[in-house]
Amino acid sequence: MEILVAIMVGVLVAASVYLMLARNVLRFLFGLILISNAANLIIFASGRLTAEAPPLIPEGADAPLGTVANALPQALVLTAIVIGFGLFAFALTLVYRTYQNLGTLNSDEMRLAEPEEGGK
Amino acid sequence: MSWVLASPIIIPFATAVLAFLFRAGPEGRWLSVIGSAGLLVASIILMVDVLDQGVIAAQMGEWAAPFGITLVADLLSAVMVVITGITGLAVAVYALSDIDTKKEALGYHALFQVLLAGVCGAFLTGDLFNLYVWFEVMLISSFGLLILGGRKVQLDGGIKYVTLNLVSTILFLSGVGLLYGMTGTLNMADLHGAVQEVENEGLLVLIAILFMIAFGVKAAVFPLFFWLPASYHTPAIAVSAIFAGLLTKVGVYALIRTFTLIFTTDIAYTHTILLWVAGFTMVTGVLGAAAMNDIRRILSFHIVSQIGYMILGLALFTPLAIVGAVFYLVHHIIVKANLFLVAGVAQRIAGSTDLDRIGGLYRYAPFLGLLFLIPAFSLAGFPPLSGFWAKYVLVKASLDAGAWWIAAVALVVGLLTIYSMTKIWGYAFWKPHPEGVEPRLSRLEGKDRAALLTPIAALAVLTCIIGFFPEPFVQFAERSAAQLLDPSDYVAAVLGATAETEAPTGLALMEVTE
Repeated sequence: MEILVAIMVGVLVAASVYLMLARNVLRFLFGLILISNAANLIIFASGRLTAEAPPLIPEGADAPLGTVANALPQALVLTAIVIGFGLFAFALTLVYRTYQNLGTLNSDEMRLAEPEEGGK
Repeated sequence: MSWVLASPIIIPFATAVLAFLFRAGPEGRWLSVIGSAGLLVASIILMVDVLDQGVIAAQMGEWAAPFGITLVADLLSAVMVVITGITGLAVAVYALSDIDTKKEALGYHALFQVLLAGVCGAFLTGDLFNLYVWFEVMLISSFGLLILGGRKVQLDGGIKYVTLNLVSTILFLSGVGLLYGMTGTLNMADLHGAVQEVENEGLLVLIAILFMIAFGVKAAVFPLFFWLPASYHTPAIAVSAIFAGLLTKVGVYALIRTFTLIFTTDIAYTHTILLWVAGFTMVTGVLGAAAMNDIRRILSFHIVSQIGYMILGLALFTPLAIVGAVFYLVHHIIVKANLFLVAGVAQRIAGSTDLDRIGGLYRYAPFLGLLFLIPAFSLAGFPPLSGFWAKYVLVKASLDAGAWWIAAVALVVGLLTIYSMTKIWGYAFWKPHPEGVEPRLSRLEGKDRAALLTPIAALAVLTCIIGFFPEPFVQFAERSAAQLLDPSDYVAAVLGATAETEAPTGLALMEVTE
């Protein structure tokens, strides 16, 4: 199963790199969303995948019996998803405001902060 | 004991909440000053404790390491927190006059305090994933600060800053995931031991490079620094100053921490890359600065160039070189924040930071000239200011290590730094003002003058103190470097003295579950 996830991560990264190479900032942002999900899957898979074995401790015991899924990566991924969601919400708003103000989404045309002539 | 470690994080967060509640009135800005002063006091208490007892660690929520979140402070962490307190207070005072009520109503002070909390958290955490969380706290508040006010040029700079930093974050996260997959732990002290047992060393080096790129973007090293000169000159001066002083240095700190504590398995490979990176960073930064014609943009490129020196110290990886890196880190935060603050005053009284549109500052505001010369010469490495000792130690370390060319690069870059500083001096201070304006300090109201000049003068005095009495600071850096190069104290403080023998690393546990 890890192999399947690994291939999926590869496909996600490939697609997101393709998107991020675009001049259009919105496409770049979509690429970022994809690649952040790829990163989440990496964490998930690196905790080893154990199917159908929830990490529950039966009554009376103080450790789970037998093999259970690793709960830590899931906690990490949840944190990463929440943080990522906040960041992308911000980034999307920023892109929208920029489009409203500068009238373009093409990163080549965003030269206000660094005008063409160089320092002058 | 855990309060000592936690208070540099709790105080700014609490201040942020209060400052947000009172954002409409003048209380907010004073809360921010009081909170920053509180942070400085807390950081000094922490420093005294660390000097007294060596490395101190605390387990949050009483979950034993390596399972819970550990806060840990060695000398490097402690000094970084102290310096955060100092620059935080200086900028909070400066902001009394620099930040207008519109930005305050949007929550400037709250964001600023959250930024300080994130920075302190990053310096104090002993857990890699927790470090990621602190980076995010820092990042999201810096996003807010950067575009606060919403001028077009800020949005433009913001896009580049936000997107490139998000890419670095994702690389960091992937690195964390892969490292956990290989070692089964994310506690940095635990990782120190766990990476020695990893069989697939090639993959470990690959992960090390992932971290190097991720932290390299944050630290703005060659060739990953393009977001910095694109954005740092766009926000309010107080924001620029705190960014210039602290943010990239968090990246440098993370590099120093991970590449002394965790990724030391293949020094010949990883640290050679760092050495090349250091050389190119110094050169490209200083050349970029030479081409610029705006004080803030010149200073932004100099941040990049100076980062190179710190990376140089880490890359040489000799005791003396690490001493140089630590010393440089401390000196540079003070000096660079100060230069941006001076640029802000120049902008207020002369009307711009564009060198072609200002002048006459030396004739009409000689005191400001003096306040500029101290950090500027310190940055360029003039004796007897703090920058001289920092550069001296690093150049000596490179000569001792036989790295002649990097010593030569460091010296030439120092020379070019003087060129940039004299350029600012010549255009902004000596040349008469093109529009005949007389940029006097008396053009500022008394209250503004006090708020703007006090922090600049205080930081300049600090630079002079480090410069004239370098002995205790160098000794401190030596002790800190010794701790970094021999992390056994750090590991023992985090995991407990007994833990080394029967260390229940996550890997062992994972094998049980599999």
